[in-house]
Amino acid sequence: MQISCVCIAVMASFLPCAWAGEGPFFVTYTHQMEEPGNLEFSSKDVTGEPDGGNRFLGSALEFEYGVLGWWTTEVYLDGQATFGETTLFSGYRWENRFRVLPHEHWINPVLYVEFENINGADKTLLEVVNHDSQYDLAAPGAEARQEKQREIETKLILGSYVKGWTIAENFIAEKNVAHAPFEFGYAVGVSRPLALEARPENCTFCPENFQLGLEMYGGLGTHDNFGLAGTAHYVAPTLAWTLPSGTMFTISPGFGVTGVSAPFLVRFGVSYEVAQIGRKLKNFFGGRQ
Amino acid sequence: MKRFMLFALLSLGGVFAQSPLQQAPESWRAKSNPFAGDAQAQRAGAKLYARECSECHGQNGQGIGKAPPLQRADVSHAPPGALFWVLDNGVLWHGMPSFAHLPAPERWQIVTFVQTSMGRKKPD
Repeated sequence: MQISCVCIAVMASFLPCAWAGEGPFFVTYTHQMEEPGNLEFSSKDVTGEPDGGNRFLGSALEFEYGVLGWWTTEVYLDGQATFGETTLFSGYRWENRFRVLPHEHWINPVLYVEFENINGADKTLLEVVNHDSQYDLAAPGAEARQEKQREIETKLILGSYVKGWTIAENFIAEKNVAHAPFEFGYAVGVSRPLALEARPENCTFCPENFQLGLEMYGGLGTHDNFGLAGTAHYVAPTLAWTLPSGTMFTISPGFGVTGVSAPFLVRFGVSYEVAQIGRKLKNFFGGRQ
Repeated sequence: MKRFMLFALLSLGGVFAQSPLQQAPESWRAKSNPFAGDAQAQRAGAKLYARECSECHGQNGQGIGKAPPLQRADVSHAPPGALFWVLDNGVLWHGMPSFAHLPAPERWQIVTFVQTSMGRKKPD
């Protein structure tokens, strides 16, 4: 599971950088798109201990590529390890985000479409929908992995930048391609860098390199059982720290606020972005610039 | 109807033919750079330019591929607010993303650097 972090660290030491990151959020998407031609590698990990279950570590390795100014595509590879059980690959996701409006407005919509091919043992918690609960996380992996989850997930992402603050709201609708009702969820977040002006010198610990945020996410039931009753919700302060090299570290303790939520989650991640990877590969293999 | 369609197409063509700097609304062009003449902001802008812009526009603003050079008179002489508008909105259909995620002071620092270091100001 930690191999992904090591891989990103190794890449960071060899490849020229761009500044990674969509801010400090783990679940909430902003309307920021990946720059065209840039490839970002990220590891998003979460650990927790559900009631009646063992401590787990869910990990998603993310590859995000900017296809066009208004189109970003990503592939996730998910895995998990549960103490006293097995470590397993739990599936993949392919997502696409499309920016709808060409200019910045006070609120900016982005459409998100994802295909997930994961199994019931997936514990990456990249979103919470329907009546997802801590009891799902406590199910034994060998049993849970038998459940196939081939799903289409859509999101309406709304984002705003206001006087240095980033504000984002996500509305999630998910549908298993084979059966089951539409499932709904949400995520909202606010964040701000500790300083709005850059310093002239490169610095590791200057305030502009840190972003603080808060996100809240949870399930909203299904189309025939919509609402907050029996759903899991989390509140999570977040912190992101970007090194002058461009590598970004994020950490977020999350607190379950309803009885069916996992009481405490810790998320952590690292990301690194390679600018104009196509041109760099072409140059590397002897092409002309 | 045909005349209307023709007029609409020509208008649309006109908008796309304009450079992004020319598309900036008057209210944005009228904005003044709060860091104008600030040497420290220029150095901070150089750092931000290297991080955010140089991969596409080149380390010296010479332009690479589709990304145009910034060592041009129309850039260095543009109203600072017009450059700020381009940074805020990007030129999505031509591959330049929006940089609105950068706080406004950082975008002004980039404008300061680009206008003072990547071309010569017209003598007054």
